[in-house]
Amino acid sequence: MERSTLDLWVGLFVCAGIGALLILALKVGNMSGFSTADTYQIYARFDNIGGLKPRAPVKSAGVVVGRVGDITFDNGKFMAKVVLTIDKHFQFPKDTTASVLTSGLLGEQYIGLVAGGDSANLAQGDTLKLTQSAVVLENLISQFLYSKAAEGDTKK
Amino acid sequence: MATSLEFPIFAAPYLIVAADNLIEINDVDYWYDKRRAILSGIDMVIPRGKVVAIMGISGSGKTTLLRLIGGVMKARKGEVRVDGQLVSELDTAGIYKLRSRMGMLFQFGALFTDMTVFDNVAFQMREHTNLPERMIRDLVYLKLNAVGLRGAHRLMPSELSGGMARRVALARAIALDPMLMLYDEPFTGLDPISLGVIRNLIRRLNDALGATSIVVTHDVQEALELVDYVYYMSDGKIVAHGTPQEMLANDEPLVHQFVYGEADGPVPFQYPSRNYAEDLRMGARHG
Amino acid sequence: MAERSALSVRGIGRFTTDGVLRLGYAARFIALTLLHSGTSFRRFGLIIRELYFTGVLSLIIILVSGLFVGMVLGLQGYETLQTYGSESALGVLVALSLVRELGPVVAALLFASRAGSAMTAEIGLMKATEQLSAMEMMAVDPIARVVAPRFWAGVISMPLLAAMFSAMGIFGGYLVGVVLIGVDEGSFWSQMQSAVDFRDDILNGVIKSFVFGVAVTWIALLEGYDAPPTAEGVSGATTRTVVTSSLAILGLDFILTSFMFRGV
Repeated sequence: MERSTLDLWVGLFVCAGIGALLILALKVGNMSGFSTADTYQIYARFDNIGGLKPRAPVKSAGVVVGRVGDITFDNGKFMAKVVLTIDKHFQFPKDTTASVLTSGLLGEQYIGLVAGGDSANLAQGDTLKLTQSAVVLENLISQFLYSKAAEGDTKK
Repeated sequence: MATSLEFPIFAAPYLIVAADNLIEINDVDYWYDKRRAILSGIDMVIPRGKVVAIMGISGSGKTTLLRLIGGVMKARKGEVRVDGQLVSELDTAGIYKLRSRMGMLFQFGALFTDMTVFDNVAFQMREHTNLPERMIRDLVYLKLNAVGLRGAHRLMPSELSGGMARRVALARAIALDPMLMLYDEPFTGLDPISLGVIRNLIRRLNDALGATSIVVTHDVQEALELVDYVYYMSDGKIVAHGTPQEMLANDEPLVHQFVYGEADGPVPFQYPSRNYAEDLRMGARHG
Repeated sequence: MAERSALSVRGIGRFTTDGVLRLGYAARFIALTLLHSGTSFRRFGLIIRELYFTGVLSLIIILVSGLFVGMVLGLQGYETLQTYGSESALGVLVALSLVRELGPVVAALLFASRAGSAMTAEIGLMKATEQLSAMEMMAVDPIARVVAPRFWAGVISMPLLAAMFSAMGIFGGYLVGVVLIGVDEGSFWSQMQSAVDFRDDILNGVIKSFVFGVAVTWIALLEGYDAPPTAEGVSGATTRTVVTSSLAILGLDFILTSFMFRGV
């Protein structure tokens, strides 16, 4: 086999391979673009984060505006401290509420932001004052049982 | 006059005391496990410029000896000296340097099957020298012409006949003008014409290159016509050595059987077995 | 009776010591290959030549198999997802299965049977016809000249082939799911994009295929270099390459998966 033909085929092969890798990376997967975009970080404390994991989405009105960063335990306040990395394009007022929500019925958990009415916006390093913890299924069930029992009592 | 190990080498009338010895092998032993020695007590001298044959039946240790000379294996006991250097003391670089001054022709050529004849002959030149391609091309044609196959340079090894393949391998072996040529069974399986060609080439190349050649073979006819000196090995030892004439005249039974190709003698015809009558009678009893 | 069990115990002992010896030999072999890789990189043409034989010639089987695997995933996936009313998740199913597991593993298995066995046979035959000895006698190290270029060619080809397998598979899933069956094209791709993460899924898949490439090529070259120089020896070595590589791929897949996809 001629040397030049060989080189041609090998070159095509390597190009096709790299092309396939690029297709997979760009079209099939998502690059978690916020790692490259400009972001700022804010903090939120929760009584219970439920099944929230790092890199979970942060959404507002259903649109992804950022990602969850580190999740640590605040030993002083005995609450979970979550870092939210928000895209610089999106500014939120200081009295925004952060809640731990579930996508679908039993899907993965994410942070939902509901904007407040404050004129001043959150800056890098600010902490959200209003948070709502995750809904824990066991608490729901016991709540339901108690309320059912209470209903039964009042009926009598 | 028969020569054998009992007579010290320097008493042999043929011996060259004046000329330099390219290879000296002193009291060399080789074994894989101690019980079965492949070589024992080998004493051999290969003088410069001569063509020497090492003969013996299959399994007498001839190929192992070649490997010791080429530094592929190390002797368990004794010394192997090539061009004054002790082979066992050479490091990898030293052995590679020594080997680049040797050429070896393998039994069936051992050409590289994924390259053309041209590339095969050019192999050593491309690997070991920085010669420009034009020069390499000329040299390759030179070597191929010496073996008569310049026109075949585009062929692949699979397209060559046995004799042609061996000639190309010969051209490849002499690519860097080696000082020592080793031939491992060069006459095996060739037709009479190719035999004549190879025999002719071995002698002519040896003299033209000013090299020394060792031919390992069991083809008595060809060897005795070609070489200057013969070593005959049996069972890992050198049993006899001398000029071709001396070997023909040697009346020691082992040597005589080999040289004259006798079917039965010190090397028996029958493989060791039980008594023949016993074997037949046992068969009859079962039948 | 006692004698036979004694013999079998000795047999097991010998099997174990042989195995350990072989492992040591294999480690020394790969160390030598890596040490002598300088020549392969200085004369890159050697690697390119081997890339042709390992990579380019494996393309057809990889692409066709990838297509078929993807199409089957599409069919089977649709059947199952339909019962839960989640047909729109077909893209996710096909993409994740391929990128995380099937791409690297199946491509590696195919690579082992095609390119791996070819390498073993080639080197085994070179050994049997004394070409390797001839090379040594010409003061050219066969490991540097013959083994190392093939090793690097295999290691480079494997991730590329796995990526192409996955890409073809996703296309096959698309063909069956969207074009043939009629799953919504938009949700097929958009759900896939949101579910497949570059770092967690695709990169891990690439790492897997790289590890498989090293393992398969190492085994193939070792078996070829160590094969008895006879016809039966070479054919036995070729079979051993395919069997050992396949087991290694599946075993390594388990180990890597348990590291990578734990609790994601």
